[in-house]
Amino acid sequence: MAQLTNTYRATGLRAAPSLRQRIDLPRRVVFGAAASMIFIVVLLLAFITWQGLQLFIKDGVSIGQILSPTWQPDSTSPNLSFGLLPFIAGTVYVTALALLISTPVSVGLALFLSEVAPGWARAIVQPALEIFVGIPSVVWGWLGITILVPFLSHTFHGGMVLSLPIAGDVFRVPGFLTGFSWLAGSLVLSIMIVPTITSVSYDAFRAVPQELRTGSLALGTTRWQTIRHLLIPSALTGVLTAIVLGMTRAAGEALAVQMVIGNSPSMPAAITQPVTTLTSQITLDMGNTVFGEPWQDALWTMSLVLLVISISSVVLVRVINKRRMGA
Amino acid sequence: MPTTATYTEPVLRRIDVTAPLVADGSAAGSDQIKIATEHVSIKYGEKVAVKDVTLTVQARSILALIGPSGSGKSTFLRCFNRMNDLIPGAKVQGQVCLDGENVTDQDVSVVELRRRVGMVFQRPNPFPMSIYENVAYGPRRRGMNGRRQLDELVETSLKRAALWDEVKDDLRRKSGLALSGGQQQRLCIARVLATEPEVILMDEPASALDPVSTLRIEELMRELREAYTIVIVTHNMQQAARVSDVTAFFTMADDRAGYLVEVGPTGRIFTRPTERLTEDYISGRFG
Ligand SMILES: Nc1ncnc2c1ncn2[C@@H]1O[C@H](COP(=O)(O)OP(=O)(O)OP(=O)(O)O)[C@@H](O)[C@H]1O
Ligand SMILES: [Mg+2]
Repeated sequence: MAQLTNTYRATGLRAAPSLRQRIDLPRRVVFGAAASMIFIVVLLLAFITWQGLQLFIKDGVSIGQILSPTWQPDSTSPNLSFGLLPFIAGTVYVTALALLISTPVSVGLALFLSEVAPGWARAIVQPALEIFVGIPSVVWGWLGITILVPFLSHTFHGGMVLSLPIAGDVFRVPGFLTGFSWLAGSLVLSIMIVPTITSVSYDAFRAVPQELRTGSLALGTTRWQTIRHLLIPSALTGVLTAIVLGMTRAAGEALAVQMVIGNSPSMPAAITQPVTTLTSQITLDMGNTVFGEPWQDALWTMSLVLLVISISSVVLVRVINKRRMGA
Repeated sequence: MPTTATYTEPVLRRIDVTAPLVADGSAAGSDQIKIATEHVSIKYGEKVAVKDVTLTVQARSILALIGPSGSGKSTFLRCFNRMNDLIPGAKVQGQVCLDGENVTDQDVSVVELRRRVGMVFQRPNPFPMSIYENVAYGPRRRGMNGRRQLDELVETSLKRAALWDEVKDDLRRKSGLALSGGQQQRLCIARVLATEPEVILMDEPASALDPVSTLRIEELMRELREAYTIVIVTHNMQQAARVSDVTAFFTMADDRAGYLVEVGPTGRIFTRPTERLTEDYISGRFG
């Protein structure tokens, strides 16, 4: 490089070296920032992994015990057990139900905004969604406690039964004890992830070229057929990405969920019963533990599980989008 | 017309009112009038894009629309299958008759109309799905599900579009997007043929293609003419001369509204135009 620069000097072409000098400084800054960013991330990952593995290495807890449903982490307890299954199952179930509720609503809203809504409706809904995102979790949790939880315990305290004429009771759920429940957690989450799923799928629908819509309509299809058979398949990878992002957000949300979920460290039995999740248990317990004791190591293991969940979803998004490129 | 054999009765109107239409025919093809426009004017908001166009198209003939940019050729073409309905602010006045039925009436089913009047666009717009699914898209949407029936229709459509031999080996595996531009355009033509139309509209169908692909499309049009009525917009004078039976020349008035200067058999328009404007345009571009 230096030689090349000298050659330019020698031939009197000074433009090239001066150009180099101008690029150099910003480049160094950017590289430096990127490098330190990567360094910090790697350090964090290594730290959480290390801490998360202590439960196995230092405390000699087996994987089998981790996957048991019994959670008795207090060192004074006679039969100490670090079963994380209730938390993992709680996170999975609460997130799954939230997605089940939120996805149709959000994707429907995205479709409406992108395909049906007149400009002014879009102009109202989009900023509204942005405001939505900005509402802190504690506010959602508070609304959950003051409105949703009492509403649920009032309305469904007798439980829910779905009876069909011939099949009989196809679906029966015991009544709410207090309203703090799996369902309450999922409902609060489902509202919180609406903006994520909506805006990402909206972008996916907008990314479908207009000429494809025109091409479809020109073949004598209805607007609904065009949405159903052209738009949704074309935007599918984007919509799946949106759902995965919503899932990540839901699985990682702690505060709002913890406020309405009842926090009972037992396996989720029914949507009307209290459950707990990885995040809510970590926030609840972290004040009660001492650094280095097995209980705290178990919380680190729970963080590691969360980390694995979110890394998997990042990978999942990548795989989904690779597919799109390949198609 | 083998591909239109499944049409028992072309019913466009939900309410059945059939007004017989009399118009003077000219040149080529059969003597049956397929399309007739009467005093068609098209506005975008307040702007008049097409002013008072009256012409007829014979069944199984090719009409070429030529004229300078902005003279309203595309706008006029879109009134045959009511694609202007999709443009906010666009208003069509006058009558557009397909087999004597006025298709601009609100009670006409645009879905049915667009099945009978297919359209090929300037830029090839294959759907992001397999070649097979691209062609089967239209038929599936009107409820054709039988595997055998679809296979057959896909094959005949691709054959008619002169694409079959190039794609038959990976119909289902290859995406329509993975074809070359010329192949994509023939795929789009096959897609239209699969809906079994009677009329095919083409808006500069070869302008994005290389000369070889262009010639293939032109050959194809000559073959399709045996069974379909075709209206094509083109900027390529040679193309209009080579391909079409009748040529209509559009230009812009002083207020920039497009209008029809003259229409007649292609041979006459290119050799002995009656209007000075046509002659200037053709000699400027053609000579
Ligand atoms: N969607 C639209 N909204 C408003 N005005 C339009 C629209 N489409 C076309 N126009 C106007 O209508 C007039 C005719 O346009 P049109 O596209 O029909 O011309 P054209 O003859 O097809 O031109 P070209 O040869 O460049 O394709 C132009 O002045 C154009 O600006
Ligand atoms: Mg045009």
